[in-house]
Amino acid sequence: MTESSIEGRFRPSGQLQLGIFFQGVNSGTVWKAPESGSQTDFESFRRIAQTAERGLFAAFFLGEGLRLREHLGRPHALDVAGRPDAQTMLAALASVTSRIGLVATQNTTYNDPADLAHRLSTLDLLSGGRAAWNVVTTDNAWTGANFRRGGYLDHADRYVHAEAFVETAKRIWDAWNDDAIAASGTAAEWALPGSVRRVRHEGQHYTVDYLPRLPRSAQHRPVLFQAGDSPEGRDFAARQADVIFSAHPKFDDALEFRRDIVARSLKAGRGANEVKIMPASEFILAATPREAADKKAWVRSLQIGPQQALAYLEQFWGRELQDYDPDGPLPGIDPVVEETSETRGSGFHGAKARQLADQWRAEAKEKGFTIRQFVSSRTSRADATFTGSYTEVADRLAEYARTGAVDGFNISPWLIPTGLDDIVNHLVPELQERGIYPTEYAGTTLRENLGLTTPVRARSVPAARTAGEGVTVAGRRA
Amino acid sequence: MSVREGQQPAGGLLLIELDGDGGHPAAWRKSRTAPPSVLGARRLRDTVLAAESAGFHAATFRDAPDETGAAENIAPGNGAGRLNALQRAAFVAPLTRSIALVPEVDTVYTEPFHVATQLASLDYVSRGRAGWLVAAAGADGADGQGRVQAAAVGRELADSQRRTREAASSIEVGRRLWDSWEDDAVIRDVETGRYLDVDRLHYADFQGPDYSVKGPSIIPRPPQGQLPVLAPAGVLPSAAVAGGAADALLVSAPTPELLTAELRDAAAALDAAVSKSRLEEHPKPALVAELDIVLDALGQSAAGRLAELEASAAWQSPRARFVGSAAELSELLASLLTLAAGVRLHPAVLDVDLEELAQLVLPELRRRGLLAPVTPDATFRDLLGLPRPVSRYAAPGTAVVRSTGVRSTASTTGN
Repeated sequence: MTESSIEGRFRPSGQLQLGIFFQGVNSGTVWKAPESGSQTDFESFRRIAQTAERGLFAAFFLGEGLRLREHLGRPHALDVAGRPDAQTMLAALASVTSRIGLVATQNTTYNDPADLAHRLSTLDLLSGGRAAWNVVTTDNAWTGANFRRGGYLDHADRYVHAEAFVETAKRIWDAWNDDAIAASGTAAEWALPGSVRRVRHEGQHYTVDYLPRLPRSAQHRPVLFQAGDSPEGRDFAARQADVIFSAHPKFDDALEFRRDIVARSLKAGRGANEVKIMPASEFILAATPREAADKKAWVRSLQIGPQQALAYLEQFWGRELQDYDPDGPLPGIDPVVEETSETRGSGFHGAKARQLADQWRAEAKEKGFTIRQFVSSRTSRADATFTGSYTEVADRLAEYARTGAVDGFNISPWLIPTGLDDIVNHLVPELQERGIYPTEYAGTTLRENLGLTTPVRARSVPAARTAGEGVTVAGRRA
Repeated sequence: MSVREGQQPAGGLLLIELDGDGGHPAAWRKSRTAPPSVLGARRLRDTVLAAESAGFHAATFRDAPDETGAAENIAPGNGAGRLNALQRAAFVAPLTRSIALVPEVDTVYTEPFHVATQLASLDYVSRGRAGWLVAAAGADGADGQGRVQAAAVGRELADSQRRTREAASSIEVGRRLWDSWEDDAVIRDVETGRYLDVDRLHYADFQGPDYSVKGPSIIPRPPQGQLPVLAPAGVLPSAAVAGGAADALLVSAPTPELLTAELRDAAAALDAAVSKSRLEEHPKPALVAELDIVLDALGQSAAGRLAELEASAAWQSPRARFVGSAAELSELLASLLTLAAGVRLHPAVLDVDLEELAQLVLPELRRRGLLAPVTPDATFRDLLGLPRPVSRYAAPGTAVVRSTGVRSTASTTGN
């Protein structure tokens, strides 16, 4: 595989960026180790954000879940649960950091565009141009039970809705002329008449009639991240996003994903290098390969304990399996459900349960896996983990930088709040020595630090879109 | 049980509204920094730190759009551009240690679930110094403002009955969600592999006339357990007030004299409502008087300063206005504090009036022993004299967790 196999116009930057994803609410975050701290106290967030900034990380991400995960009809007890509202926490972190980007995962389904755009603008202005929005969609009525609207959105419509939402947000962010506010107290008026455009949108799912309340920030408007992986999700990202938070960290897979995104970006009329890619990843590092391997075994044993292993199977079997030995073979009994209903709030569902059980039993038997070993091998982290000595892993990452397979990695630390310490203290210097990692922040805004271009101001009439969301009425000049 | 007596704070409280350049729409003309700075971090930080070092007990942050923004054009005055109030409060939280941070958050055109979790998060980042200034957009005759907010989210303007109902519902949802994790829900029990004790999590199951909310919250119980809720008098139905929806009511009247009368009436009305409802487990809400102020400063009389400001824009405010010297204001505040637990000040020009307050008024009131002490790391509930409540869902007999602030819920030790 060579870089020439990526679309010709694409030019690898030869550089990597790092982000930290403070995810928390899954088995990836170890809470059983003595070093594991609070998942909610501000001090944990401050410490990890400041550590990331010391390591010149481009971005600090917060996830979002609008309903607690459930297991067999009750809140899921085994993993870390509960986290602060993303933008409230990031606004607080903005005052104790000065360069790192602040990325809020926010849902397009259960927010209003005017309110969300306004809050993101606020974060962008307070942080001096460091805000970003990781755009996610939800369509399930189960999450909707926490909101006025309930479950109103069809799965098929989720990107149509999201795209109209994002375009409306962009128009809100671009509504003020740069010289709108008076330069001094002696001016005739606080804001120059006619310098702010009203934003109107009437669509199938929502209506907005809004006079935006904030000017553009130092980076013009918040950076957009997107994580959708379906063909529709990738096209949406190629049209709208600045950075894709991808699920493809494995080298070959990452190159393939890059090729696909470059093709989609060009098709959407954007440049081959315009959409950055930062896959989710986990790092388990030590001074020597041997120590790293031992550490990995220890981390995995804490992530997938006996109870988590059984619970993982229970969600596919649809029944309690507490009598089974986690260190023994997979259960011989069949699932009681037709379709799996995986722990709510954590992703996939809808597989044919019995078929899946047969398949898994065969696979585990062939590999000689116990329940715990099997479950450990199934988690999404298996492919996303870089394990090894600092130099070993730095060499592997250099290959990603050389080929341009990715623009960087979004690291989910398995320990809070000290999980970035070894990366910042030992891996970052190795990357710098190889010339593939910044030695200082390129600028003060997130857009500068990610090497993104200044966005073109959203026009009052947006470009043609996929159809479906209805008419957008052009904003009028007053 | 003399619950109510025990609720009184140990001295008067002073709150200050820190929006923009000040309460007067022409305040931007008299500020020390250029107009655009009001939408940036530095000015926000400097203003809040000035209020904290002056010894104010709480800062409030206005959020509503200016009514004049309803027109096609942007409002001409101070406040046409405004940063989100809750995020302003969050931003200054790590920079401050004693001042309570109380953003205005609307209840009619917002999602109650988001409001509840955002406020709970503010309580975490401020380590128990958060409060909620409830707004019901369009209340107080400000229909234009209500229309602006309704149109932004594609809704019709709610009538007054709907507004009070929505305000009460949103508070009830917030309070249930804050209680939906009991204090010790995070158990970190390595033996059984459980991070949570699911028996200590509860569905809120709010079913209202306008919407329902399932719960539980997505964030553990906030450090204070329940955030203090401040509501303008009249925004909530009286039954909700008697039922403990608000911890403090903001009382307004057009003049200082009428304000005194209004405070007496409000106190009597509360006594009647509370005794009628027999809900003695709910402490009677504290009364906070609302006061606009313009002080003698910079060698100018207050009246002269006001005339200059009024020459470029009229200050239309439903609140009583004090225009005079620092000594006269100290007298007025001393008298208001005999009738109210606190006074919220709305300085005409923050840069000018806040400095006078800091140098002349607060030291005088403190010298007379009229103000509650300012204690670093005290919670807003502590300031209001409110104990930290047990979750409504906790089994009877569960002890009150006295400790507030950072260690209350989340620092359950890993082992």
